[in-house]
Amino acid sequence: MSAPPPSLRVEALAYAYPDGTQALFGVDMAIAPGERVALLGPNGAGKTTLVMHLNGILTAGHGSVEVAGLPVRPDTLREIRRRVGLVFQDPDDQLFMPTVRDDVAFGPANLGLRGEELERRVERALDRVGMAEAIDRPPHHLSFGQRRRVAVATVLAMEPDVLVLDEPSSNLDPAARRELAEILRGLDVTVLMVTHDLPYAMELCDRALILSGGVIAADGPTGEILADAELLARHRLELPYGFAPPATSPFRRPSTRG
Amino acid sequence: MHRLPPQCKLLAVAAFAVVVVATPREWVWVLAAYGLPLGVVAATAHVPPGFVLRRMVIEAPFVAFAVVIPFIGLGERIDVFGVALSVEGLWASWNILAKATLGVVAAVLLAATTEPHMMLLGARRLRVPSLLVQIAMFMLRYMDVIAGEARRMRIARESRGFQARDLRHAPVIARSAGALFIRSYERGERVHLAMLSRGYTGSMPVTQDLSASWRQWAVAASLPGTALAVAAVGGTVGAALGGAW
Repeated sequence: MSAPPPSLRVEALAYAYPDGTQALFGVDMAIAPGERVALLGPNGAGKTTLVMHLNGILTAGHGSVEVAGLPVRPDTLREIRRRVGLVFQDPDDQLFMPTVRDDVAFGPANLGLRGEELERRVERALDRVGMAEAIDRPPHHLSFGQRRRVAVATVLAMEPDVLVLDEPSSNLDPAARRELAEILRGLDVTVLMVTHDLPYAMELCDRALILSGGVIAADGPTGEILADAELLARHRLELPYGFAPPATSPFRRPSTRG
Repeated sequence: MHRLPPQCKLLAVAAFAVVVVATPREWVWVLAAYGLPLGVVAATAHVPPGFVLRRMVIEAPFVAFAVVIPFIGLGERIDVFGVALSVEGLWASWNILAKATLGVVAAVLLAATTEPHMMLLGARRLRVPSLLVQIAMFMLRYMDVIAGEARRMRIARESRGFQARDLRHAPVIARSAGALFIRSYERGERVHLAMLSRGYTGSMPVTQDLSASWRQWAVAASLPGTALAVAAVGGTVGAALGGAW
């Protein structure tokens, strides 16, 4: 039996901030290649802290993180950061270069790509998020939804194996939210999506994890987790008014493009 | 002119400024003739005169200073329209006005034909320390973001009935400025994390080929070159005429 290693494997991960605040108390999780998983949890549950460990920005106080079998260590950071693409919540944090082209090129250029190959990467990444025509514009002239999509492209340009998104639907209007969902659904990478937006998790992810109090408190099919009102309430999660999860068959909306 | 690599233009403007500043103020016609190459640059770059004039407002403080000098200057006096002005002061005033105007026009033409971030890429090609270039680049990128935050804070203050009217309101403004500083600092930290996440190791990758051909350098050199030639001719002719300008 030679199953491929999980895209992400986190074992007994614990972390305390330098000021002594313990954020993670032993997180265990594994995500298989190609899975789309939602990471749910109330504010202060340690979601961002966990995400920061996945590409080695924070190093584990205890426990281990592996990306497709490669442990996160100082000597593997370069490869880890190529494999794990982090999309931050505020696109203004992510887009720091003067033009969209320079920004999308930043990651692959750090990997050593130059010239025509780099240009092709940039164009392909922007094409995948439908932003090819914005290539020469400065990021601050784009709408918020467009900036979020370019932020996804900056990470896609590094051709990561795992895409980690922090609150991808926050501050998006309904159309931009739907457009982003269509883009994410069309990607052939492993996705870990940190979110409070439970319907969005339902729409995009078959599996959901609840991180609460620094440990994984639940792990299962998104439909079942969202149907368990008592479980949600215990972890300060709530479905929006009027939303009922289709518990048996996961809600899959056909593409509405065109 | 728009297509010339930025480092060529930067160096050309700097060299032009050096030639202008090094010209003796008594060479009135030479200083006037320096306007010609600038006019040629403006014409080839299709920069309208109105555009240049509007942006020359930045020179205003120098003009104000220059106007005052002849009145407060010491030494020999000369009667101009019934007002006794200092001769030395008039020369100093002319010196400041002429040279500042030439320098400002050259800088405005540079700015009109070069995108701000290209200017910085050019500066990096000219071996300006990379850290300074990066700082300037982030300033350029985040100026709007921070101005937007400041505006939202002002609207939030005013929505709750605050109007800055006199000095007693300064503490409120100061606290807002402090909050803005901390927010910007925190944003800086988040941007740094985003950069690390995409493989940043301390230096910005150079992705654009900005190398300039000899021909482009020659085109750029023609601005300070022409100025230098004008100075040489003017200086020689002036000497032949015994300095009787």
